Amino acid sequence: MSTRQFGAPVRRNEDARLLSGQALFVDDVELPNMMYAAFLRANVAHGRINAIDVTAARAREGVIAVYTAGDLEQYWAPGPVLVPPPPIAGVVFNARTQVPMAKDKVRHVGEALAVVLAESRYIAEDALNDIDVDIEALPAVVDLEQAVMADSATVHDDVRGNIAAHVRQTRGNYAAAKAKAAHVASRRFHYDHGASSPIETRGIVARWDARAGQLTIWDTTQAPVFLRNGLAGWFGLSERQVRVIAPFVGGGFGPKIMMFYPEEVVVPWAALKHNRPVKWIEDRLEHFFATTQERGQTHDAEIALDADGRILGVKDVFLHDTGAYNPYGLTVPINSQCTLLGPYVIPNYDSTFTAVFTNKPIVTPYRGAGRQHGVFVIERLLDIAARDLNIDRAEIRRRNLIPADAFPYNNEIIYQDFAPLSYDSGNYEPILDKAIELIGYKSFFTEEQPKLRAQGRFVGLGIACYVEGTGIGPYEGAKVQIQNNGKVNVATGIGTQGQGHFTSFAQIVADQLGVAVPDVDVITGDTDQFYWGAGTFASRGAVVAGNAVNEAALAVRKKVLKIAAEHFECAEEDLEIGNGQVSVVGVPGQSVKLGTLAMKANPMRGAVKPGTEPGLESTQYFGPPSGATASGVHAMIVEVDPQTFTLQVLKYVVVHDCGTVINPLILAGQIHGGVAQGIGNAFYEQLVFDSDGQLLNASLADYLLPTSLEVPHIETAHTVTPSPLNPLGIKGAGEAGAIPVGPLFAQAIEDALGLADKKIDLLEIPLSPNRLFELITR
Amino acid sequence: MSTDRHDISVTVNGTVYRRNVEARLLLSDFLRHDLLLAGTHVGCEHGVCGACTVIYDGVAIRSCLTFAAQTDGHDIMTVEGLGTPENLHPLQEAMRECHGLQCGYCTPGVLMTMKVFLEETPSPDEAQIREALSGNLCRCTGYQHIVEAVQLAAQRLQHPSSLQHPTQK
Amino acid sequence: MKPAPFKYVAAHTLAQALALKAEYGDEARFLAGGQSLVPTMNFRLTQPAVLIDINPVEECAGVRKANGSQVRIGALTRYRVLERDPATARDLPLIAEALPHIAHPQIRNRGTIGGNLAHADPASELPAIVTALGGRLHVQSRSGERWIAAADFFVGALTTALEPDEMLTEIELPVAEPKSGSCFIEVSRRRGDFALIGVACTVQLDEDGECEDARIALCNAGETPIFAKEAAQSLIGRIVDADAVDQAAALVQGGIDPGGSIHASKDFQKHLAGVLTKRALNSANERARASAERSPT
Repeated sequence: MSTRQFGAPVRRNEDARLLSGQALFVDDVELPNMMYAAFLRANVAHGRINAIDVTAARAREGVIAVYTAGDLEQYWAPGPVLVPPPPIAGVVFNARTQVPMAKDKVRHVGEALAVVLAESRYIAEDALNDIDVDIEALPAVVDLEQAVMADSATVHDDVRGNIAAHVRQTRGNYAAAKAKAAHVASRRFHYDHGASSPIETRGIVARWDARAGQLTIWDTTQAPVFLRNGLAGWFGLSERQVRVIAPFVGGGFGPKIMMFYPEEVVVPWAALKHNRPVKWIEDRLEHFFATTQERGQTHDAEIALDADGRILGVKDVFLHDTGAYNPYGLTVPINSQCTLLGPYVIPNYDSTFTAVFTNKPIVTPYRGAGRQHGVFVIERLLDIAARDLNIDRAEIRRRNLIPADAFPYNNEIIYQDFAPLSYDSGNYEPILDKAIELIGYKSFFTEEQPKLRAQGRFVGLGIACYVEGTGIGPYEGAKVQIQNNGKVNVATGIGTQGQGHFTSFAQIVADQLGVAVPDVDVITGDTDQFYWGAGTFASRGAVVAGNAVNEAALAVRKKVLKIAAEHFECAEEDLEIGNGQVSVVGVPGQSVKLGTLAMKANPMRGAVKPGTEPGLESTQYFGPPSGATASGVHAMIVEVDPQTFTLQVLKYVVVHDCGTVINPLILAGQIHGGVAQGIGNAFYEQLVFDSDGQLLNASLADYLLPTSLEVPHIETAHTVTPSPLNPLGIKGAGEAGAIPVGPLFAQAIEDALGLADKKIDLLEIPLSPNRLFELITR
Repeated sequence: MSTDRHDISVTVNGTVYRRNVEARLLLSDFLRHDLLLAGTHVGCEHGVCGACTVIYDGVAIRSCLTFAAQTDGHDIMTVEGLGTPENLHPLQEAMRECHGLQCGYCTPGVLMTMKVFLEETPSPDEAQIREALSGNLCRCTGYQHIVEAVQLAAQRLQHPSSLQHPTQK
Repeated sequence: MKPAPFKYVAAHTLAQALALKAEYGDEARFLAGGQSLVPTMNFRLTQPAVLIDINPVEECAGVRKANGSQVRIGALTRYRVLERDPATARDLPLIAEALPHIAHPQIRNRGTIGGNLAHADPASELPAIVTALGGRLHVQSRSGERWIAAADFFVGALTTALEPDEMLTEIELPVAEPKSGSCFIEVSRRRGDFALIGVACTVQLDEDGECEDARIALCNAGETPIFAKEAAQSLIGRIVDADAVDQAAALVQGGIDPGGSIHASKDFQKHLAGVLTKRALNSANERARASAERSPT
């Protein structure tokens, strides 16, 4: 038997191609006779379109065509609501989805108004300047609290008060709990998340082959199958006529799951209309407007505790900025609402949110997907309560953790997957203990901090807990096939954007079929290879598709044993699989290669028994009943310059439990990357809009992604509580690194600068030197 | 304005290419779409992200801030010149071993920057690596595994017999 | 983000470059390192009709000592050359200290000293340093040449005293003297970003350890690099102690009107100008004292 690959730090199958510049990304697709698209985008946030004159642009040499909304005729339609509202009593949801190009009104800066098709992107951009646009500017809806006022301008003329949604979820009776409380603390919090900014922007290449009747689309999407089915419907094609390929994709982090982006309709439409390939590659400037992002919520939250610091209840009322349209439903604010509960016993909960339309780009999930906002609120409330009650910050958390024997633990509200928010498994206290140990919690406060403070150095420690709902349904599928050469093909419907699926899925298959990991060829994101599945989001790829791969590999394993038993005329129990072959146990020389069996299973002559499927292949599906809940604790020591308010992270620790681990190297990478994005969110990245809805920092020079100098060395440790909801026992890990970084920064900075003594709370994220200066000196 | 075009002769990865290019053609686009050396990636086109970094006359530069017309008579190395999937450069090999890439989009720029850095700084410490890497944005890895990979590559390039992985000490 | 069309002309000699600029005037921009110009062209914020590529003009690259007390830096000298020249730390310690703050390695590999100064971004480090050092800039045209004092060269944000037919060809800076110390310090969001505020200063001590001469300049404190003359003069004849530094910092703060940005409000910039002036002066003074100990008269 070969060494077990599942759980090992296996090198990635996909890396050799990526490292040598041989991997195919969307912009690498070169086709003869290609047209290059550029979009004219609105330069006001809110306005009525009077006229768009494209005459001069059409006349420019090298321009093939210029189109506006009306030219799409019957193909002009608002996009679908991707995620309808969950079944929550009393939910209000006003769906208003984006359109391929604006027709009557523009609702955010960067909304597409016209498309130029030209012989090069250079010429297409030249022609954008030739287009004459007459837009009557309207007052922009920017501020959330003003937006819901009766006299506010409206993003959608028929939605008064800009109410995109209104949801209340409760557990127990908060008012009664508060009445009994020894202590109540309330604050207003603001948490702003930002742009995912993958280094590869979005891009689409569409080719219509009129003779074959085949539309092929290369797209940076995280959800190729839904895109294929949707586009087939949009253009009246049979689904088999549309092939969507998500090749190597340069990072996604959520926004690449959105569909249908206007370009995803217009680019294929143009290819169909002209019978010529079309390429559109979003540039970095467009990315700040044309790709969805996350943004802010304002929470008025209150916590009620007993005298020992045990939580009796939490009440939260918040506003959520959903941008100009809400195709992704309530996922982000529901995540905030649910994830606020964290790893804690909160017997009484009363949470209400209002999602608000604004004249800003569309909000859809970005790594964490609203979880950050909720975690910030509860973690900060606990810090404030700890201070008020004079309880240690780690201790107040410990006292409120859900005990290990309470799982599955039902929070009695509805989660984003429409299922009750129930935690499948967990063991939280050892995670906290481990984080306390690794950060050196006790010695920091008793020795290091006083010593450094005496030297005039301002260091502080933060510690924050979180849970993450991962691996939600509905389902994914996988096809596993042993080829005649003995190598194994695996196809799934999800897309991949760097998560290492080519390797982690290969590890699962390698163990089941006794082959080497490099001999398993995984393909994701090509609808001609596999056309069932939902996509890569919500930390679900490894959990849901991984288990489907496992099921399919198991089924193929059974076929292998069956056919090998026939081959050797022995019992299946006498066989073992390994090193790419099946052997009879204890009989040297009695072995047959998998490839030979594959050929045997697909004979050219002779008869097969009725009911026999050819080949060594199986397609299986996996759908978990509900999501698996991962959890963790981050801790950090930071040094702050008390005059310039710049800071340096001295130590960063993550202890994480995502169930059974497939590949620790890949897992560590996911955690590191998440923390880096969390650090960006906490202290560097902020989308700054002015009162006209103009984004003031639409460049990577001003939207500050952390570099290698801002991200510290991150120490990671793991505990393992397998999920009972899937045979592999795994939970998702994609978003965990990013989730609790905001409250960690706020807490550690407060500690470093002794802000508690000054009665200053840090109740917002992102922070910055400038903001700290304002808060501390005002 | 009539299109201003120029004849250039430029050496890329040891091959001399003669082309006629429009004055405004960015070197990044020239490499990717004229020479079909698509390993050089484009992330921002304003000189911040570093994905388009190539080695120009021995020096790491942003190809999105250079015009193809300027490269006449010059020597360029792109990621395609560093190693092949079958025969990776020690730096590429170390990146693979240390999981120094996830989506792989920023990776070619990282490799080009680090190749020259290691030639100039054969035994770098972590701080030097982070400083040298600071002009290459990576949104996936948090940089830590890249730093480890560069340390491992440095060891191997200095002592080719040394095969020890830094995290397996 | 592709640049608008332009005509590209490569100059191989200074004479060619000057002739081309004389021909095209304001329509043309010089293309040196391109690290500031090309991004603005890619955003189409700048659309020059003609680019005169001066990278091939080798005669304008390189560093030389004019006499014992002056260094002359060719305008086309790239940052990387100064970074790798051991003489930079000795002769031009202010520049050596500022170089790591200037963007990132790939930008410094390509960017030129003259290109930076001619771009005249008030947030950039070098204009403040050249101003602090009281440098001179040599500019030439087909019809003549002149020297411009740094303080007169920068006339506004992204605006210099250069005439349409002129090219910045050389920068002359004084070599650091014995018993002198200097310091460059800045606060930026991330390392390599433009400074929220940066302070460059020099302190020259006399036999008694009192300040004989001091110079202070700031980046991103106004439309141009700000030469804080009054603050610097307040130090002369005094021991550079806490009182003196506090007073100078207050004068610096009182004399600037920074623009504010999304990264730093005007108030925060003023605050930082005070903090950094104190730190820079203290450090420069300490260095001057150390230098005095090393080189007794």
